[in-house]
Amino acid sequence: MGALLNQRFMTLAVLAVVIAVLPLVFPSSYYFRVASLVWVSALAAIGLNILMGQAGQVSLGHAAFFGIGAYAVAIGPTHLGIPPWAAILVGAVLSAVLAYLVGRPILRLKGHYLAIATLGLGVLIALVISTESGWTGGPDGMPVERLTLFGWRVSGSNTWYWVTGALLLIGTWIALNLDETPTGRAFRALHDSEVAAQVVGVDVARFKLQAFVIAAVYASIAGSALAFMNGFINPDQAGFLHSVELVTIVVLGGLGSIVGSIVGAAVLVTLPQALTIFHEYEHLLLGLIIIVSMIFMRNGIVPSLSGLFLRRARS
Amino acid sequence: MTSKTTLKFMLAAGALSVGMSHGALAQDTVKIGSVLSATGPASFLGEPEDKTLRMYVDKINAAGGVAGKKIELVIYDDGGDANKARTFATRLVEDDKVVAMVGGSTTGTTMAMIPVFEDAKIPFISLAGAIEVIDPVRKFVFKTPHTDKMACEKIFEDLKKRNLTKIGLISGTDGFGASMRAQCVKVAPNYGMEIVADENYGPRDSDMTAQLTKIKNTAGLQAVVNPGFGQGPAIVTRNYAQLGMSNVPFYQSHGVASKSFIDLAGAAAEGVRLPAAALLVGDKLPESDPQKKVVTEYKQAYESATKQPVSTFGGHAYDGLFILVEAMKRANSTDSAKIRDEIEKTKGFVGTGGIVNMSATDHLGLDLSAFRMLEIKGGDWNLVASGS
Repeated sequence: MGALLNQRFMTLAVLAVVIAVLPLVFPSSYYFRVASLVWVSALAAIGLNILMGQAGQVSLGHAAFFGIGAYAVAIGPTHLGIPPWAAILVGAVLSAVLAYLVGRPILRLKGHYLAIATLGLGVLIALVISTESGWTGGPDGMPVERLTLFGWRVSGSNTWYWVTGALLLIGTWIALNLDETPTGRAFRALHDSEVAAQVVGVDVARFKLQAFVIAAVYASIAGSALAFMNGFINPDQAGFLHSVELVTIVVLGGLGSIVGSIVGAAVLVTLPQALTIFHEYEHLLLGLIIIVSMIFMRNGIVPSLSGLFLRRARS
Repeated sequence: MTSKTTLKFMLAAGALSVGMSHGALAQDTVKIGSVLSATGPASFLGEPEDKTLRMYVDKINAAGGVAGKKIELVIYDDGGDANKARTFATRLVEDDKVVAMVGGSTTGTTMAMIPVFEDAKIPFISLAGAIEVIDPVRKFVFKTPHTDKMACEKIFEDLKKRNLTKIGLISGTDGFGASMRAQCVKVAPNYGMEIVADENYGPRDSDMTAQLTKIKNTAGLQAVVNPGFGQGPAIVTRNYAQLGMSNVPFYQSHGVASKSFIDLAGAAAEGVRLPAAALLVGDKLPESDPQKKVVTEYKQAYESATKQPVSTFGGHAYDGLFILVEAMKRANSTDSAKIRDEIEKTKGFVGTGGIVNMSATDHLGLDLSAFRMLEIKGGDWNLVASGS
């Protein structure tokens, strides 16, 4: 137990050091912006990883919750006069309630059927967002008021770097802790064998629903952060392609590995930026890198590499 | 070539291009940035814009550059993703240190990038259609394409001449259709138009006869307007003919102003009217037309360089680039603030989109004469003589 606590603490400490040290080597705000995007994507991916990696359920419509969080902070202050910081909470609560209500029936489905149901949910929400143009500005999106906290106007890439970095730290801390609670162990049991879990007395339906709600709240908060950071939001963020991107981050980084989700986000967000020097080969190379890493690191980047090091260390 | 050597070659090419971009950092160049949707769902906008910018920057440099310096063009592809566009905009401002920007293929990407350029006080000439780009006026944001509001006004102007006032709307629910519909509804009273039917369709619907039947059966209907984009309007046009509605005048928008619309709609397109830029009918313009020279030259240059038919979207990039270059020449400087002031003073600039006269309250500078009313006859565009 002590060792486990230690390992969790080490992971957090390393992440905190990385967040603190990176700015020392950043030559311009552009790098702060890219890093902030990594932190936001990682936050959403960690939530999805709790659902996919730990509890073993799939969601192909997860960007919908990201979109709800983003539009909550866009619509709340603009149309309803809710203070921006409170709108984050409104978005998170809305996402949680929706995940709870929708999760109850659809989490009874398994495999492909669950994938299709979550896909449908995602498409529906994206459709509502792009059609209700009176509220959401339609397909062209809408501006988001700046976040103000106690009179402090949160803006600029450098500021958002620290805010999103702090959010990621908190998110990582909760996810790491969750893994060691009875709930976390119940998730693992679900993942390994639903029948076995049921036999030993795990309330399968309840824990699936819990994982779904937790994942929705993570995505919603990440969505709110991105909307504030950009000062602008459009329905793409709630769309199917963004859902696929989140799933890709989780799978690429390693299912069930919290650190993997952060690494996956770092790879998927920074690669397109790094590959711009290849001009027209950019997309080709991006695809190639993802295919190759999935072939040679089947369990995802982090679990495969740490497995490799462990084997090296033993031999 | 084996895959290994291909990879090596590509790495080498990449390394070379990095080296080159560093080599060009010398004092005798000035950087102009661009973020375009050259790939993805909006590539029909971004691709011709990309080709146009590259082609003309090469020409300008071959002729000695601007304000004594060669232009270095930095183009990023956002794939139509507003979030990516925002990141590339930050990169242009923070990392590449561009003095001005011509780009933003879609309204979504443009709106996402505006705060970056406004904060950095760098002029941004957008290539996006919607009116909210320049309304309200933002100090550093300009645009070249006509707005959907102008398209509505042009259509209504033509309807008024024909004494038709009771119209039906059938619009797409995509960004273009939704935005133009809203503008049409807004300006309709100014022209005495009464909207008696208002239907819509999804951008990927394959049959619109239900909506059209409803419009057809509306009492007093005199004309139908279709704010839409892509393949939707072609299907609407076909259904329109199938329902035998051809005796009711039918108007499309500038969103279908490409030859592929006529190909898709076929014979059903006969008699359809639409507002479009002069570029589309360059060879049919009278010699006295001030835009004749610009549009025929651009069309010829673009088509000979790319072997593809010219599109109005590339024309918007042409206009944006030359408005910027002429402003830099007048300012005789590469200082962003001075360039901005000169862009705002653009007067009598003849572009592919029209004659541009900007002011502190108008960062577009086009009036309704920029649009030509066309009618499709014999499978080709024809100018509608003013007064008919």
